[in-house]
Amino acid sequence: MTAIGARLFGDASIWGNFLSHPQGFLLITVTDLRKVYRQGDRDVVALDGVTLRVPKGSVHGIIGHSGAGKSTLVRCLTLLDRPTSGSVSIGDRELSSVSDAELRRARRRIGMVFQHANLLDSRTTAQNVAFPLELVGTPKQEAARKVAELLKLVGLDRFADAYPSQLSGGQRQRVGIARALATDPDVLLCDEPTSALDPATTEEILDLIKALRDRLGLTVLIITHEMHVVKRACDSVSLLEAGRIVESGRLADVVASPGGRLSMALLPLPGEAPEVLPGGPVLDLLYSGDAAAMPVISGIARRFDTDVNVLAGSVEHLGEAQFAHLRIQLPSSADLAAITAHLTANGIAVTTKEA
Amino acid sequence: MDILNDLFSNPGITKALPTAFAETLQMVGISGVFVVLIGLPLGVILHTTAPGGLTPAPWVNAVLGGIIVNITRSVPYAILMVSLIPLTRMLVGTSIGPVAASVSLTIGTVPFFARLVETSLREVDFGKIDAALVMGSTRLQVVRKVLLAEAMPGLVAALTTTLVTLVGFSAMAGLIGGGGLGRLAYNYGYQRFDTTVMLTTIVIMVVLVQLIQFVGDRVSRRVDHR
Ligand SMILES: Nc1ncnc2c1ncn2[C@@H]1O[C@H](COP(=O)(O)OP(=O)(O)OP(=O)(O)O)[C@@H](O)[C@H]1O
Ligand SMILES: [Mg+2]
Repeated sequence: MTAIGARLFGDASIWGNFLSHPQGFLLITVTDLRKVYRQGDRDVVALDGVTLRVPKGSVHGIIGHSGAGKSTLVRCLTLLDRPTSGSVSIGDRELSSVSDAELRRARRRIGMVFQHANLLDSRTTAQNVAFPLELVGTPKQEAARKVAELLKLVGLDRFADAYPSQLSGGQRQRVGIARALATDPDVLLCDEPTSALDPATTEEILDLIKALRDRLGLTVLIITHEMHVVKRACDSVSLLEAGRIVESGRLADVVASPGGRLSMALLPLPGEAPEVLPGGPVLDLLYSGDAAAMPVISGIARRFDTDVNVLAGSVEHLGEAQFAHLRIQLPSSADLAAITAHLTANGIAVTTKEA
Repeated sequence: MDILNDLFSNPGITKALPTAFAETLQMVGISGVFVVLIGLPLGVILHTTAPGGLTPAPWVNAVLGGIIVNITRSVPYAILMVSLIPLTRMLVGTSIGPVAASVSLTIGTVPFFARLVETSLREVDFGKIDAALVMGSTRLQVVRKVLLAEAMPGLVAALTTTLVTLVGFSAMAGLIGGGGLGRLAYNYGYQRFDTTVMLTTIVIMVVLVQLIQFVGDRVSRRVDHR
């Protein structure tokens, strides 16, 4: 595992892409983060050397199964839990070594959205959103103006005086988002922001988060266990497994890496697609961006004068671009080498399985 | 009509009862205020110093919770009030009267109230505390704006229960010099076999407790937005 992680992290192409991002300034930098919990007389390694770099203005997803260490990562990012070792920086501020007062100041640069919103039941919507402003002694009028503005931004201006118990789950999450934005943070950390919501509301919240990123230039980290959330909202993604990041990169890159776990999860083939069939080689084609718009099948058929049998396929829009995963079968007579070379030359990743 | 006549002509009722009632209110009022002033911070400290709390401090927690609170709570009030007579003399100069009785009432009830406070604070979801900390709250802000504010319905209920307990204790305190309705019932009902006075006292006590409970429930519901 470590080997895979190290290889992926050492992989210059992934980080090259990251760093050459137009706004290449890194906003979240996590280096070799370890967290060991003591459970009775046993040590549980919740995070085992996590390294993460998120450039300014991007939406990065962290996906992992239950127990992978997602919540622990968020708690360490906000220093709610002290990391056992390693460092966490937001912007140019290293958090793990600062004083309490500095930590509080730094935390105000981070907005956090929780799975269950964690609103204060004793406060109305407006009072909840005003909470972070109250902490720093913002003058009442200024706070009221800011709250009104934020409620408008998340579309809740009509619910200013409602208590959390009078709101739906989606509305509560919007209040949570407005509250997270009250101190004009640079970073929005979302821990399972949609896990308690129905599918339609999930879309709404994710769209809101993306819109806010565009509008306010936020850097967003979304922790989730749903691939759907990554597809819908993220520019880049890391797969967290047993406390380690085992795959990471921009969506376009991880999707296009054949055999990758994220690739398979992001673009699964529907149903029980046969892997091997008598009668000819089976090819898995993965393509992204511009190549996805190309008429691949008919292209091969015409150019190589052969039949192409489509076994399964899925096409998805991920972010701006289109991605496709196709499984095709060629007749045994086809010139496999030439076809593969042609496809590869056109930026299509090909994996061949021959009967 | 006989009973009514008796009610309005009996000096135990027309003269002694209003004074006794005022003394009871005085005892419950004074000790109520001090119980909140001492018990609320104590309950907060018990909660925040517990393992996994806001500022875990095992020693403070063990000393305050295990020793002081539990020991005081295990001494029956009737014994506590007698044993506190010397301390009462030291503090207020006398061991007679409602003010003096308030000393033992306060000391006897603070641990009870503090435990109730601790229990209500425990109901506050940790996620809310985390959220407040991530927003940059100081610990004191967490206590004031999250713990106490969110636990308010429970805290009001705790105060209600404590005041009702104080009414009961104040009757006992009356016997050894506190005065009040307890003393009245004892003097007239037990020593003079004046059933009318005793029954009236009982009725007034019941009404007083009902009233406290009714107001407490109303306020608790008013501050509950869950
Ligand atoms: N406070 C703690 N004390 C001891 N062990 C802990 C603590 N918090 C987490 N762990 C352990 O760390 C590991 C990672 O837990 P974590 O909560 O980060 O997982 P997760 O990815 O958030 O899972 P889920 O999706 O179920 O929330 C688990 O094995 C868990 O038992
Ligand atoms: Mg979790």
